Amino acid sequence: MNTPPLLAVDGLGKAFDGLVANRDISFIIHHAEIVGLIGPNGAGKTTLFNCLAGFHTPTTGRIAFEGHDITGTTPEAAAELGIARTFQIVRIFHSMTALENVMVGAMLRTKRVADARHRAEQELAFVGLSHRAETPASSLTVSEQKRLEVARALATDPKLILLDEVMAGLNQTEVREASQLVVRIHQRGIASIIVEHVMEGIMPIAHRMLVLDYGAKIADGTPAEIAENPAVIAAYLGE
Amino acid sequence: MSNRTVLDPRKALGAVALLAFALLLPLGITDPARLNFFILILMGAQLGVAWNIVGGYAGQVSLGHAVFYGIGAYCSTMLALSLGLSPWIGMLAGGLLAVVFALVMGWPCFRLKGHYFAMATIAVAEIVQILVTNSEFLEGAVGLSLPLDRSGLAAMVFLSKLPYYYIILGLLVVTVLVAWAIERSHIGYYFRAIKDEPEAARALGVSLTRYKLIALSVSAFLTAVGGSFYAQKEMFIDPGSVFVGAISIKIALVAILGGVGTLMGPVLGAVILITIEEYSRTLFGSTGSGTDMIIYAMMIILVAVFSPAGVMGLLQDLRRHLPGAGKTSETR
Repeated sequence: MNTPPLLAVDGLGKAFDGLVANRDISFIIHHAEIVGLIGPNGAGKTTLFNCLAGFHTPTTGRIAFEGHDITGTTPEAAAELGIARTFQIVRIFHSMTALENVMVGAMLRTKRVADARHRAEQELAFVGLSHRAETPASSLTVSEQKRLEVARALATDPKLILLDEVMAGLNQTEVREASQLVVRIHQRGIASIIVEHVMEGIMPIAHRMLVLDYGAKIADGTPAEIAENPAVIAAYLGE
Repeated sequence: MSNRTVLDPRKALGAVALLAFALLLPLGITDPARLNFFILILMGAQLGVAWNIVGGYAGQVSLGHAVFYGIGAYCSTMLALSLGLSPWIGMLAGGLLAVVFALVMGWPCFRLKGHYFAMATIAVAEIVQILVTNSEFLEGAVGLSLPLDRSGLAAMVFLSKLPYYYIILGLLVVTVLVAWAIERSHIGYYFRAIKDEPEAARALGVSLTRYKLIALSVSAFLTAVGGSFYAQKEMFIDPGSVFVGAISIKIALVAILGGVGTLMGPVLGAVILITIEEYSRTLFGSTGSGTDMIIYAMMIILVAVFSPAGVMGLLQDLRRHLPGAGKTSETR
């Protein structure tokens, strides 16, 4: 018997008052897969994320998670099912410490504060922020805040994590660390879709790449295939 | 240490000392007016702590809390007048009615954000005030008086001020304990998450509507209880004394002045606000009716400009800047 894929997107479209941000996008994500989502600015990557995570209701098409239709679901229901996300512009809880930020994520699965704290400590260690646990989240560097968002998302015990430009603005060492972090997330059996402009961060680790341009999917393949795809080269370099 | 699941012994000791002080305070007071002044402080503190649950922790600023206060006052009084029900039961009934009202009003109002939510709460409170003023069933603008013939604990009517002092102290302690329990539970974390970054909270599975309604309901219940107490203490209520906008502003200001989102901030705010209010009243007498409103306005401006975190925020800044007193810095 074949089990349904983790995520199946079929003919997804999203328009805002006539402005089409996503058109007829279809793809599949398998369990524990690392998928890069790339495309020029304005290609509709963040809109697609927002549709997948329940922040937007698609205008057309279907989204199925583990075989269940989740089209037009709410963010909180998506989180409950196992879809976690980070934000392109970090949205940390600034009145809380780093640890408390992650505890809020852990509270999705346990309402006991002590248990949530324990889980949060593990996730902070996983992203390498244990030494900053008691620091006010607003005092962390941007790079640390991005990792904090990853830890917070992981604390919800997701099956799929949507990472929105977690490598932007990082130096080379930090990019390498972030890539390794994504690989370790994969090793935990969690699939990830990564919106990224930093190619050296995503190309070596992605199992597959999706390329968007003008809201439509123009390529879907291994990083090597994508790098030689004429449509992708055209989209990035112009005709 | 930072482990908040364990009680901080210094804080626990402080709480016990404060409670002991409050319990012993009336023993040295013979002047009923003076005792009444402390009752007013405790009433303000109880309402401020209640408001803080929704306005402080969850960050949903309500400027219409008089509606819950009035519901509490009218519910217990009506039940006492029509059914002869003890105000202790009436108090709980008023609280529950306020919860029902909070759910009905919160459902549409929480679709609005920030200032728009605050404006909606003002509108709701004004509408209710007008409805009550024009309601024959509730005796309209004439108001309701409680009969003096029954006194004692069951009727919550006393000739001396002293029992009122201890009842409102008890209500304040209960209210603080509720706020404290919320602060330490997952609900408190969710409230702060909703206040800081609602979209991020949703992405972590937090239902905004559910938790905002929880915040408003708990706050409404406790505010209504405070309203019932007011009715019992004054034995007379009318729309102008319990449903007016000035009450809403005062309740919010107590918490904002003391420090929103802190457990004891509203208590501190009540001490300061009620003290200033009482002294301005003796200073200006009846010619100065409305001076309290001028003072509220001034305090809102002062807090907004100099210390958005309230007096608690000022104290925390002070402690941070005093050398050697930085107990909080050891975890940093």
